[in-house]
Amino acid sequence: MKKYEKVIEKLILISAMIATISVALITVFIFQSGISVIADYGVINFIFGTEWSPGSGIYGIFPLIAGTLSVTLGSLIIGIPTGIACAIFLSEILPKKFSKYFKSAIELLAGIPSVVYGFFGLVVLVPAIRTYIVPIFQKFNPNVAPTGFSILAGAIILAIMILPTIVSISENAIAAVPIEYKEASLALGANKRETILKIIIPAAKSGIISSIILGMGRAIGETMAVLLITGNMAKVPSSILDPVATLTGTIAMEMSYAPPSHQKALFAVGIVLFVIIMLLNVIAQLSVKGLGGKRN
Amino acid sequence: METKFKIKNLNLYYGNFQALMNIDMEIYENKITALIGPSGCGKSTFLRTLNRMNDLIPNVSIEGTIKLDNKDIYNKDYDLIELRKRVGMVFQKPNPFPKTIYDNIVYGPKIHGVKDKEKLDYIVERTLKEVALWDETKDRLHKSALGLSGGQQQRLCIARCLAVEPEVILMDEPTSALDPVSTSKIEGLLEELTEKYTIVIVTHNMQQAGRVSDYTSFFLNGKVIENDKTEVIFSNPKDKKTEDYITGRFG
Repeated sequence: MKKYEKVIEKLILISAMIATISVALITVFIFQSGISVIADYGVINFIFGTEWSPGSGIYGIFPLIAGTLSVTLGSLIIGIPTGIACAIFLSEILPKKFSKYFKSAIELLAGIPSVVYGFFGLVVLVPAIRTYIVPIFQKFNPNVAPTGFSILAGAIILAIMILPTIVSISENAIAAVPIEYKEASLALGANKRETILKIIIPAAKSGIISSIILGMGRAIGETMAVLLITGNMAKVPSSILDPVATLTGTIAMEMSYAPPSHQKALFAVGIVLFVIIMLLNVIAQLSVKGLGGKRN
Repeated sequence: METKFKIKNLNLYYGNFQALMNIDMEIYENKITALIGPSGCGKSTFLRTLNRMNDLIPNVSIEGTIKLDNKDIYNKDYDLIELRKRVGMVFQKPNPFPKTIYDNIVYGPKIHGVKDKEKLDYIVERTLKEVALWDETKDRLHKSALGLSGGQQQRLCIARCLAVEPEVILMDEPTSALDPVSTSKIEGLLEELTEKYTIVIVTHNMQQAGRVSDYTSFFLNGKVIENDKTEVIFSNPKDKKTEDYITGRFG
C-alpha cells in the first residue's frame, strides 16, 4: 500500500474515533453528574414524583415527562397525516416540474432556526389560540387555562418543525417504490387511489415508519421553540390548553442560575431524556428490521 | 375467425418524435400474435397502446383508432378501468407485488369487487392451476411472492393477470429475463391459454415467435413492414427487410 493511503486511513480512523469518543464522554459526564440525585432520591420518586420545585429540593419530574410526551404526541398527531399526505402528493400526484419547487420549499423549513419558530409561535400562534380557541373551550369548561401558552401551541409548532423530516424521508421511500409495481397495479384495472393506498404505501412502509421515528426524535429533543410557547409550568396537564414544561425546556431555562444540587437534578433530567431517546432508537431499528424481516 | 382488435391508421408521438407510423393491423380472437423487430422499433410502444398504458407517460399523443370489439378504446367515454380489466398485461421483468402469493392473485379481483372468501380461494386455485404453479405453491400461499424463483414469479404474474378474467393478454417479452427451462414452461402455457384468451406477445426471440405464434407482425422504425400468418412470415416473407431480419442479417 502506498504511504499516503496509510496516512489517509489513519486520518479517517481518528475522525471516526473523535465522533465515538465524544458520544462516550458526553454519556459518562451526564451520568456522572446526575446519577447521584436519582440514587439519593430513588428512581420511582424521581420519575413519578408529581412536584418539581427545585427551590425546596423536591425533584419529581413526572410533570416534565408528561409535558414532553404530550407535546410530542400532539405534534405527531398533526404532523404524521399531514407529512405522509404531503409526501404522496409530491411524489405521485403533482407533476414533476412543480413538485421540485414544493420539495425545496419544504426542505427550507428544516433550515429555519428553531428560535424563529418559537418567536413565530409566540407572536402569532399563542395570541391566536387565546382569541379563537380558548373561548370555544370556555363554553364547556370555564376554568380552562386562558393564556394560549399551551400544549396545543407547542404541538402545532413542533408539527411544522418535523414536517421536513417526515415529508422528505417518506417521499424518498415512495419514490423508490419500483415503477413496475405501479404499472402492474394499473394494468389490473386499479385506479390511482387504489394503487397508492394498496400497493405504493405498503411497499414504502419501512421508510415511512423510519421517517416518523426520526421526526419523533426531533420533536422530543426540540428545546427553544417549545420553551417559548408552552408556558413552562411544571404541572401535569389535564387539557390541551394547559401550559406545560418539557424536559429539555426545563434544563435550558434553569441551568444558568441553578445552585449545585439543583444542577445535579437537571443532569438527572438529562439522563431520563437520554434514556427515552435511546429507547426510541432501539424501537426504530427493531421496527424497521421487523418489517424487513416479514418480507421473506 | 373473429377480429378482437382493429387498429386503423395509428400514429403515436413522444413529444415531437414519432414512434409509430400509420399502423394498420387486426388481432384475431383466441390466436397468438407475435410482434417482432429490433430494439426501439416501436413494438412495445404499440403493445402498450392496446391497454392504454402509454397514458402514464407525459407528452404522448395518439392519432387514429383502435377498436376492441368494434368500440374505439381511445374514445373519451371509454371506461379505462374496464379496458384494463378486459385487456391484461404481463411485463418483461417479473413484477409480483411484495405481498403473499395469495394476496398477489386476489388483488385484482378484490379491486373489482369480489369479497367472498370462498370465491377468492377458488380464483387462487384456478389461476395457479392454469399456470401450472399450484403444486409448487399450494403449501406456501401465504408466504411472500418474492421468495419464488424468477420463472415462478413470472407464472404468478400471469396467474394474477388471469384472476381478473381478461379477454386479451398482452405480454411484453415475458421470458427475456428467464432461464431456458422457465421459458419453455411459459411457452407451453401460452398454447393452452389460447383456448380462452387472445394473446399478443412482444418478443426479441425469433425462434420463440416461430414456435408459439399464429400470426406475426414485423416492426421496423415505427412501421409495420409485414403482417401475416407466422408460417408465411418465416417461410415466405414478401418483403426483403423481413427476410433479412428473420435470417439474422440485422437486428
